[in-house]
Amino acid sequence: MKIVYQNIHLANSHTLAVYEANGGYQSVLKAIELGSDEVIEEVKRSGIRGRGGAGFPAGLKWSFIPKNDPRPKYLTCNADEGEPGTCKDRDILRYDPHRLIEGMIICGYAVGIQQGYIYIRGEFYREAERLQAAIDDAYAKGYLGENVMGKGVRFHLAIHRGGGAYVCGEETGLIESIEGKKGQPRLKPPFPANIGLYGCPTVINNVETLASIPTIIERGGAWYGALGVAKSSGTKIFSVSGHVNKPGNYEVELGMPLKTLLEEHAGGVRGGWSNLKGVIPGGSSSPILSAEVCATITMDYDSLAKAGTMLGSGAVIVLDKSVCIVRAVARLSRFYRHESCGQCTPCREGTGWLSQIMTRMEAGQGTLEDIDLLLDICANIGGKTICALGDAAAGPVLGSIRAFREEFIYHVEHGRCMAG
Amino acid sequence: MNERSTLSTGVTPRFSEESLQQIQEIFKRYPADRRQSAVMPILHLAQREFGGWLSRESLDYVAELVGMPPIRVYEVATFYTMYNLKPVGRYHIQACTNISCWLCGSDQVMDALKRKLKIAAGQTTEDKRFTLAEVECLGACVNAPMMQINDDYYENLTTDKVVEIIDRLP
Repeated sequence: MKIVYQNIHLANSHTLAVYEANGGYQSVLKAIELGSDEVIEEVKRSGIRGRGGAGFPAGLKWSFIPKNDPRPKYLTCNADEGEPGTCKDRDILRYDPHRLIEGMIICGYAVGIQQGYIYIRGEFYREAERLQAAIDDAYAKGYLGENVMGKGVRFHLAIHRGGGAYVCGEETGLIESIEGKKGQPRLKPPFPANIGLYGCPTVINNVETLASIPTIIERGGAWYGALGVAKSSGTKIFSVSGHVNKPGNYEVELGMPLKTLLEEHAGGVRGGWSNLKGVIPGGSSSPILSAEVCATITMDYDSLAKAGTMLGSGAVIVLDKSVCIVRAVARLSRFYRHESCGQCTPCREGTGWLSQIMTRMEAGQGTLEDIDLLLDICANIGGKTICALGDAAAGPVLGSIRAFREEFIYHVEHGRCMAG
Repeated sequence: MNERSTLSTGVTPRFSEESLQQIQEIFKRYPADRRQSAVMPILHLAQREFGGWLSRESLDYVAELVGMPPIRVYEVATFYTMYNLKPVGRYHIQACTNISCWLCGSDQVMDALKRKLKIAAGQTTEDKRFTLAEVECLGACVNAPMMQINDDYYENLTTDKVVEIIDRLP
């Protein structure tokens, strides 16, 4: 079942002509026919949860925007795809940008927003060019502007390119960045639904979430809600990378067994299922699952949460038995140290300590006490910072020690990896 | 966190007329009383026009155009790693070594780049043609390993392929 990726295999799928020929922008008309309240109800009925990482129900998020508020309202699309392992939004941006634009127009109409911004990571230069061309075409054809499709609806859209900071994928860091500041996240509450961009009510949704909206309006929230499993409705794009025979972005119904995703879509684990060491199921911040858990787990929000990890951005990173788990964690810890914005002491200092300890352990100079020290540092970061980057840094360390403690011990005792 | 500081050249650059017009268009994307929002796009533009990096004077010039205190512009420029605060070569090669690329052989790719260019990560060749950087995830993980050269991504790399790519650059 393809929803977001339904057109990306067509020739010139990024063009307005191909999008229109396949029913493009008709959901805007349907949305206006339904009326704004009913659009929000449809999105609520669909049960779609945020596809960027946090998994918050999108319809509920829209309904939090205050009505009859004199301030302007804003829609910001998070296209700052930066969670290591994640590259699903990039294919929407470069192969079907109009689907995103249509989703944003519908959201704008439903919530009463007249200005949208797409915050795209700065490195996606070519993707931003293609997106800008699509926006220009949409303006020229009257899908965007002062009078959307002649229906008396006003919606403007602009791109804001990032500058290479992972933390701007955090919604309030993103807002700060659009305001022309360092992307340091804000304390919440107040939430962006009330005080967001320029101090005004703001909706922030991921690219994949917004690109799902045209189909939800076209087919109905109930139809979409019947896909997937309870509390994890619809389809999700998984970026499967690492040690599989066919890495790629795969859109499947939520609730699919991880083993099916890997074997039937991603070509199987390199060297066969028995060669699997573990899977990081939802981007680098999500704790790793051991091969044993991977054999039975299903890919939905609740199952993964129950297993002590998360669906996150849907980046499935596959590690086979050749991987030194200590080295993998050391690499990720270096990343979080680099990306900590520095405003909260537990994260700024903690990510540095995690990286230092992991690096020395990897070099064969760790001690058994270091393992407990790592856990202690994680406990002192988790929940003690303004944003989730601190927890994200702790995730790979905690998860790896939980699933592969004996490898950490081996690495310390022998000064090298068990995997050789 | 990275330590990043600004570098002075003693020369104040000026945007072309065309870029100045483009800057007026950039301001229009944001509410009239929110000119500071334009600082990032204008810094991107400045970097492209002023030789691939931003000197202290470039930052001061952007501050003046936007109407921001220079310190606020320094904050932005030093926070975001895409703003180069020292000169880079004509080809800025950024190789990802984060988890997905690492699993697919980015260490070997990085070694091949170092051997080919005869420089370490973070360095620029003497002829100022190449700067090599090791970077964090660039979001092309299913086509790992990958690198970015200026505006373009190069994916599914091998040690042979990177040498070919470098040789083919004009």
